[in-house]
Amino acid sequence: MAEKIKWVHKDFISLDNLSKEEILYVLDVASSFEEVLKRDVKKVPTLRGKSVLTLFYEPSTRTRTSFEMAAKILSADTINVSVSTSSVSKGETLLDTVKNIEAMSVDVVIIRHNCSGVPEFLAKKTKASIVNAGDGRHEHPTQALLDMLTIKSFKNTLQGLKIAIVGDILHSRVARSNLIGLKKLGNEVRFVGPATFIPKYFKELGAEVYYNLEEGIYNADVVMVLRLQKERMGAGFYPSEREYARFFSINKKTMNYAKKDAIFMHPGPVNRGLEITSDVLNDKRCVVLNQVTKGVAVRMAVLYLLLTGGKGEN
Amino acid sequence: MKIKLNNMTLVTSSGLFKKHLLIENGIVKRVSDKPILSRFVDVTIDDKDLLVFPGFFDMHVHLREPGYEYREDIESGMRAAVNGGITGIACMANTNPVNDNAAITHFIKCRSEQTGLPVSVYPVSAITKGLKGEQIVEMGDLKTAGAVAFSDDGFPVENSEILRRALEYAKSFDMPIICHSEEKSLSKDGQINEGVISTKLGLKGIPRESEIIGIFRDITLAKLTKSRIHIAHVSTKEGVDLIRKAKRAGIAVSCETCPHYFHLTEEDVLGYNTFAKVNPPLRTYEDVLAIREGLRDGTIDVIASDHAPHHIDEKDLEFEKANFGMIGLETLLPLTLELVRQGVIDFKDLAEKLSRKPRMILGIKPAVIKEGEEANLTIVDPHYEWVLTKENICSKSFNTPFLGKTMKGKAVYIIKGGQFFEINK
Amino acid sequence: MSRRMKELIIIDEKTFPRVINRIAHEIMEKNPNLEDLVLIGIKKGGSLLKERIKEAIKKQESVDVITGDIDITMYRDDIFKIGFQPKVETTEIPCSLDNKNVVLIDDVLYTGRTVRAAIDALFDFGRPKRIQLAVFIDRGHRELPIQADFVGKFLPTSKKELVVVLFKEEDGKDCVVLREKDG
Repeated sequence: MAEKIKWVHKDFISLDNLSKEEILYVLDVASSFEEVLKRDVKKVPTLRGKSVLTLFYEPSTRTRTSFEMAAKILSADTINVSVSTSSVSKGETLLDTVKNIEAMSVDVVIIRHNCSGVPEFLAKKTKASIVNAGDGRHEHPTQALLDMLTIKSFKNTLQGLKIAIVGDILHSRVARSNLIGLKKLGNEVRFVGPATFIPKYFKELGAEVYYNLEEGIYNADVVMVLRLQKERMGAGFYPSEREYARFFSINKKTMNYAKKDAIFMHPGPVNRGLEITSDVLNDKRCVVLNQVTKGVAVRMAVLYLLLTGGKGEN
Repeated sequence: MKIKLNNMTLVTSSGLFKKHLLIENGIVKRVSDKPILSRFVDVTIDDKDLLVFPGFFDMHVHLREPGYEYREDIESGMRAAVNGGITGIACMANTNPVNDNAAITHFIKCRSEQTGLPVSVYPVSAITKGLKGEQIVEMGDLKTAGAVAFSDDGFPVENSEILRRALEYAKSFDMPIICHSEEKSLSKDGQINEGVISTKLGLKGIPRESEIIGIFRDITLAKLTKSRIHIAHVSTKEGVDLIRKAKRAGIAVSCETCPHYFHLTEEDVLGYNTFAKVNPPLRTYEDVLAIREGLRDGTIDVIASDHAPHHIDEKDLEFEKANFGMIGLETLLPLTLELVRQGVIDFKDLAEKLSRKPRMILGIKPAVIKEGEEANLTIVDPHYEWVLTKENICSKSFNTPFLGKTMKGKAVYIIKGGQFFEINK
Repeated sequence: MSRRMKELIIIDEKTFPRVINRIAHEIMEKNPNLEDLVLIGIKKGGSLLKERIKEAIKKQESVDVITGDIDITMYRDDIFKIGFQPKVETTEIPCSLDNKNVVLIDDVLYTGRTVRAAIDALFDFGRPKRIQLAVFIDRGHRELPIQADFVGKFLPTSKKELVVVLFKEEDGKDCVVLREKDG
């Protein structure tokens, strides 16, 4: 069990401003909440009377549903707003949105936006607690925590592991959050992919960089495969899907470069046959589908800590 | 009007002198080694702590009028200049409509004269029509209307052939071209300097090579055409090196930098601070040191502000949607004085880089403090400390990362055009 | 290191197991069918007590009674009002509580709010036939209409005092002490 710590953050925006102890604590609290999800009656009255707004500027059924479930299980009230591009083009600015949030008097705003820095912007301007559900290319902290919880459940430790993240690192906020979190806990994190996807500055941020798949995932305990976004081909990041699949795909053969008991993860959705093949997805070492419950538990922990914490007071 | 200035220190590019001045009807009547004793004067200032400089000149200012008066207009920009002790400014052409014709140039000059403020405004007209980079402007006509240089600032001239022709054509009118050096295909969609900070913040970076390649190309074309160019807002170490080499090789290139490039780095963007979002972007500490060295050894001729006012609604946004630029007329002096205090340059260099050189490059009559010459002076209290706040900024906009910081040094009086101007503290 | 004023031993090491035995016997008396019985300790004080009672029953009847632990943090009525943030521990209830005779066990009964939260939590695990309450010390000052069915000792206290039940496993010895609150 992790050391109990005093939660002092008003918002949950990035793993960068959490200490190692705080990260372990959140994971610990999440484990306790996992038990609730195993009950017949999946509901506790903890956050009754509190309201949670999910504000998604980018579509996402998976993450939004996960947050919604987390809030509802804790008996909080939820409001969902999908901001369409039309209201943005009608001239509604982020500041207008802030004013609407204040008017609704919600306690927590869960925001997903395509511009980096938006959660931090909102956090400075409103008293509500802001939870980052993914901002641009910056971070997706709850996803990384969920990945860590998954790794812990299969490897029984979150220290001293070799974790390889394969694919389009440059555009992945999940990769960044995982790098920050896993390094803080004392693991080796490798970024593997074509050089166009991995800026050299990541070395300064603690990642080991590999442009060769075999070397990159050699002896890895965990392999995380990122989804390849097809529009990146047109922009010159890689010449063709055929070439990418040939040199970087995780398939039955390349799987074996990693340790015998390595686990394979993918944040979804998957391009079958491209970055990962069906036989890998069906292999028992692939843990893609086990992550849903843990996702809800992590998000319950985050909501619990933000709403019941000291918020910087005594 | 008769003005007596006793016991102050006169600072010019040649040195510091303890002189006493008498100004009468806008002319420097006497420059004396002994205190002026005349009793029948309108203004007497006797203060050994003050410095007298030839009026400062900021050669890179965006006045925003016509077209963007909500950010700044000619009058408010001039007031900001006065507050900064600046008696002459060169204003850029990216207005709306663009200053690419004599009518707009003429309008700017007339409007500035109407305000009655002690600042001379010199328009810099565009190189290409509409800043589109396709067709060069009527340079002869614009020179006659009062333009002192040509620049597409805000944008580089992307097509090298067009820039070459523009350089050759400008040469026939003996006019300098101010280059905004940028290789756009590398910097497209970039937000801040490409590096560790941009990677950390998840923002697309502007690689330094965009400026380096831009400067190299512009210098090379200047060499080819044997025309005069002035590189605007230099921000990189390699850029300074290229200019140093070009000067040694005898190429007619001058350049400027801005206070934010010798005081701030990309770390000042942390927290997604849009007030620190500027183009060229704030770079690394190594670049700051190189810029300072360039100022010290004379490679960098001028310090200008690149005063770029933006309305708060254009900055208080998602970082990638915020406009690039910061105001700077009112902080140009104190931030440059800071360099003197830190021993990077001395007071003579300050007079050189903020007064003599910019006028020289633009072919404007120098401000000299000599008996018989027109009086154009800025009097500075280098010890005065003040805090930069929204309330005491004269510009219409307040987009500066120095907001809230303590400044040391302020212009207290301007004497120009027969006027005696006391600057509000 | 806070200066402890007086510490009075209410139940010493010798008496402690006798009280446990008595409570265990009373429970067995009122719940003759041990198959239906579920002992649930309220974390953390009640959990260790529950283990002791289970052992006592086993010694007497050679039966392993079903036991579980409940963490009431998620059910507290004061979670937004207290100055600190309680740590969420795990609840472990090994079976459905439908039709079971549940005995809730806690170390000290004071205002009754903890027990109220525990009862609410229990209802999320089924519909017990009956819920009874066993406590080691009842110190009075109830704020809700709650009373214990099995009590180790009634102890009138003042609000300035603190009642602490110490266990050999965690604190070195079995005893109950009364302390004056610091500050």
